[in-house]
Amino acid sequence: MTEAFLSIENLSARVAAIGTPILRSVSLKVIPGETHGLVGESGAGKSMIGKAIMGLLPRAIEITEGEIWLEGRNLLDMKRGERRRIIGAQTAIIPQDPLTALNPSRRIGPQMTDRLTHILGWAERKAQVRALGLLEEVHIRDPKRVMHSYPHELSGGMRQRVLIAAAFAAEPKLIVADEPTTALDVTVQKQILRLIAELKAHHETSLLFVTHDMGVVAKICQRVSVLFSGRIVEQNEAASIFSNPGHAYTKSLIQATPRYDRPDESLLPVDPAILEALDREIATHDRQQGTADG
Amino acid sequence: MADHLFKVEGLRLSFPDLAAKPLFRPAPRIEVLKGLNFSITAGKVIGIVGESGSGKSTLGRALVRLLEPDSGTILFDGADISHASPSDLAGHRRHLQMIFQDPMSSLNPRQKVGTIISGPVRFHHLAGNPADAAAEALERVGLPADILNRYPHQISGGQRQRVGIARAIALSPRFILADEIVSGLDVSSQAQIITLLEKLVADLQLTLAFISHDLSVVRRLCDRIIVMHAGQIVEEADAADLFSNPQHDYTRNLLAAIPLPEIDDQWLSAS
Amino acid sequence: MVDRHKLPMRLWLSGTWITLFVAAALFAPFIAPHDPLAQDLLYTNLPPVWISGSEPGYYFGTDSLGRDVLSRLIYGARIALVVAVIAGGGACLIGSVLGLFAGFFRGWTDVLISRVVDIWMAFPPVLFAILLIAVLGTGLHSVIIAIIVIDWTRFCRVIRAEAMQQSRMEYVESALVVGRGRFGTMLVEVLPNIIPAIGVLLSLEMGIAVIVEAILSFVNLSLSSDDATWGGMIAEGRTVIYHAWWILVFPLVALFLTVLSFSQFGEGLKERFDPVLK
Repeated sequence: MTEAFLSIENLSARVAAIGTPILRSVSLKVIPGETHGLVGESGAGKSMIGKAIMGLLPRAIEITEGEIWLEGRNLLDMKRGERRRIIGAQTAIIPQDPLTALNPSRRIGPQMTDRLTHILGWAERKAQVRALGLLEEVHIRDPKRVMHSYPHELSGGMRQRVLIAAAFAAEPKLIVADEPTTALDVTVQKQILRLIAELKAHHETSLLFVTHDMGVVAKICQRVSVLFSGRIVEQNEAASIFSNPGHAYTKSLIQATPRYDRPDESLLPVDPAILEALDREIATHDRQQGTADG
Repeated sequence: MADHLFKVEGLRLSFPDLAAKPLFRPAPRIEVLKGLNFSITAGKVIGIVGESGSGKSTLGRALVRLLEPDSGTILFDGADISHASPSDLAGHRRHLQMIFQDPMSSLNPRQKVGTIISGPVRFHHLAGNPADAAAEALERVGLPADILNRYPHQISGGQRQRVGIARAIALSPRFILADEIVSGLDVSSQAQIITLLEKLVADLQLTLAFISHDLSVVRRLCDRIIVMHAGQIVEEADAADLFSNPQHDYTRNLLAAIPLPEIDDQWLSAS
Repeated sequence: MVDRHKLPMRLWLSGTWITLFVAAALFAPFIAPHDPLAQDLLYTNLPPVWISGSEPGYYFGTDSLGRDVLSRLIYGARIALVVAVIAGGGACLIGSVLGLFAGFFRGWTDVLISRVVDIWMAFPPVLFAILLIAVLGTGLHSVIIAIIVIDWTRFCRVIRAEAMQQSRMEYVESALVVGRGRFGTMLVEVLPNIIPAIGVLLSLEMGIAVIVEAILSFVNLSLSSDDATWGGMIAEGRTVIYHAWWILVFPLVALFLTVLSFSQFGEGLKERFDPVLK
């Protein structure tokens, strides 16, 4: 058994002002080189896990218990500055919306080298060479021109490539990809997924892949956590999730996804009984945690 | 001939490119639809698929005449509506309905659901009581009657989309355009909306144009499919044929790019 | 959660002050203890009652001509209210209608209205006002006209932007699909959605109108200095601030509270009654 690079134990979070739980005793491990999928519908809290790791939770949300271990150190025990240094050096994000993730009034080049020069203290020249190399690695044809471009001069797919290159720039050990292909067309999505898989393999990075799309999960993840209302309802190897889903909710998520190759198979919306059972399970959990009245 | 609800010939449409406008001359135009020919059979569901920028939404808006084409003809029920003025269109308006992509922005936040659905019925002076028509439409889309008194922000995303559907069917139109109506929804609500549409199409014999980027959804709902790319129709075929035997490379690429929810180690590397 | 059925604090406080202000304006002759114009040269520069040397009955003291400060304050509210309602309302009406048309119909309507607004806003507002009053003659009606003529652009700009944003919403397209005309769509779908913005702007504008009137009184371009206006009182008080501060401070506080209350009341109303925010 390989040592996990990232290990989240019993993480719970809630909206501080009103006590509504956002995450409910979430535990997961990501081993080096693995892609771990976080899948769930909107409001399941899947993005919140990535944000909790990066220390980017909205101010209104507080972590009530749990640990986030990165390379054997608990991030939640650290001082702010120390934590930020470790996160900056070891992890990176591929965001959902490539347009808002890039500053529209700065050229691509400096936006890519910022991390390298500021956090890792690289010389400007060295950082630029690295950025150019990465742009080539994400199959951008004219990297020099792109470095001098502004974000609006690039297409959506190109911008996402730039962000992927930027994410890998500092050789992070963990990348959190938050719905990185949701805004893209399917053909571009496929290229981007392929690219992420390629770079991940080459750089031996671990990946936490947040998505709502069971199809994307099937193609890119080795392990999967299925979330509902901030709780992991099933966690398993991707292969067993799809061949033999252990939880009725997982199964119904797969069956509710329309498939062009099976037009006559009836499309089953998630059975309300399953959702009720989940709600009961969560209510029990909240009672045990004593957060229901908080 | 009689069963063609829509007949479109040589449809061209362009927008001014304001970003490239010279100081004292008119802006150059960007052609979005580059001469389209097709027809829509009454009682059938036609799928219009394509990626962003393919012109599929522009085509939809031209069909319901929210946009006026540059040239070409749009025959709706035998009448040329391609350049019809608002007053000429008045008689057709009730029969050219639309369901929108974003259920939040397509429902006026300051009107209650009841008003949103019954308003158009009242406007067209249809026979019967508008409130009854609203209640009936709401029942058809499977929503409880107490939703009539709520505001759009007080109901869920899936319910909002049902309200959008109810508003369109309350007028018993001859044609409904559905523009990406399930793409913003979670899989579980998406599956519900698709099954609802299947049922409504069967019950009400709707003629529906279903615009989507998602071929899997289109496959479920549509009888005939138009594949668009860069303002042109690259392929048009019956749904079954298009999927079993796609003729155009673009269609094949589109199909190959869809990630199905099953493990397939070859998928990522296959082009 | 904030209990939406309770009135927020700021609505309470601002509402109370506005009620007092309006009541003072409406019932001034019955409330005011003295005639605001009556001079009593035996009792000049009397301090408020809680300071030694005061005379009973002159609660906020008297000014340098021996006129009762409280009574002048109360009568001053009358003028402030008239200006707030008529000038604020007039600017709001003209600006909002033009802004709504420009933002919804776009095209040449928008070009025309927006160019006029741009040119209008390029005039320095204070000089513009003084110029207008020079032409119209001093007096309250000139002040009101000046405020409307200058400040309608403020509404026009903001409402145009709001209307533009609203008309991009799909429910506007949806109404057009139903077959409503453009004008009907504007009234039924767009207007209700910008009324909250109009309300907030109006409340701000009413405050601004009160201030502008005070400024014009201060420079003697509004009513004659005999009339009881807050601006006029401030102007007078300024000259005797070292030995009779109350003449300046009371109208200043009244002005401040009124302007603040208007803006807070508008925001509060929107917060409390807008169905979209509930």
